[in-house]
Amino acid sequence: MTRTFADLHLCANPKESEGLSKMASKAAKLGYTLIGVPLSPEKYEEEYSKLRNLDNADRGDFASRVDLKPKSQNELIRLLRKLRRKFEVVCVMCENKEVARQAAKDHRVDLLSFPSIDFRRNYFDRAEAELASNSSAALEFDIKPLLALRGPSRVRLLSGLKREVAVAREFRVPIVVSSGANEECLLRKPREMAVLAELTGLSETQALDAVSTNPQAIVKRNRAKLCAGYVAPGIRVLKEGKDC
Amino acid sequence: MPSEREFIDAVWSSIVQLYGEFGASQTGLALISYDVERNSAVIRTALGALSMVRASVALITSLAGTKASVHILAISGTIKSLFPKPMQK
Repeated sequence: MTRTFADLHLCANPKESEGLSKMASKAAKLGYTLIGVPLSPEKYEEEYSKLRNLDNADRGDFASRVDLKPKSQNELIRLLRKLRRKFEVVCVMCENKEVARQAAKDHRVDLLSFPSIDFRRNYFDRAEAELASNSSAALEFDIKPLLALRGPSRVRLLSGLKREVAVAREFRVPIVVSSGANEECLLRKPREMAVLAELTGLSETQALDAVSTNPQAIVKRNRAKLCAGYVAPGIRVLKEGKDC
Repeated sequence: MPSEREFIDAVWSSIVQLYGEFGASQTGLALISYDVERNSAVIRTALGALSMVRASVALITSLAGTKASVHILAISGTIKSLFPKPMQK
């Protein structure tokens, strides 16, 4: 079976239709069938309709994504309550330990993202991984810093990512690798992304899963949940009326 | 479009940055052909160092001082099979 690939973090500005359209067609040309674009929670509907109406026919499928940067546990819970039903992918940027722990145990969170450059604020430890493995959250990291950094900072980044990936593998937390690209020349082919992900200690199959199966599973699961007839996992309303 | 020399220098420098001089010595890297018109090049590497070269090529972000990206189009054991067959009559 041939793999299909997804990049859930294409940082194009949804307000600039032309730039976004170019990046979407480049991503499709490189072999991605699904891309995720972070949208602003306030102008969600306007930006999402812009995405859907992009005029290039060769683009892939879009997934709506929101990046949350809460400062406290309560703010995260409030944002999740408000936004979960609107977006297909919810990512939490864990900037402190309190938020990281709450995000890891909350079933409404899809992706956990940690500051990649500042290793002192890396909260993905064994306790965090255990919480994430019991909920449905996956660990996400971007390839962009790997491309942008040089010398000692890239060394620190790679060792930090290696540590995170080792913990995630131990607790079977799914890993999602995204580009995080905000310009065309930072986009890479899915197999190149997988090779770069292998630098963090993933095996070839796990690296390929991180750019194909894992992100697609998140979007598929959430699209099913956002459907009108969804009741609970495995339960769906197929027909309503007196003749049922 | 960068010259042949600038292209292979960028690949070497990316390998040396990522794997060091010892790692680079294991790659057996050589530029086989460089086509300016088609924006494509063929490079040879030792099979054991394939993933090292793939990762290093993916990490190239500039060529001859301008922003660029290098993508791998195909990998093959023989040079002949890298090029499309001529149309049969």
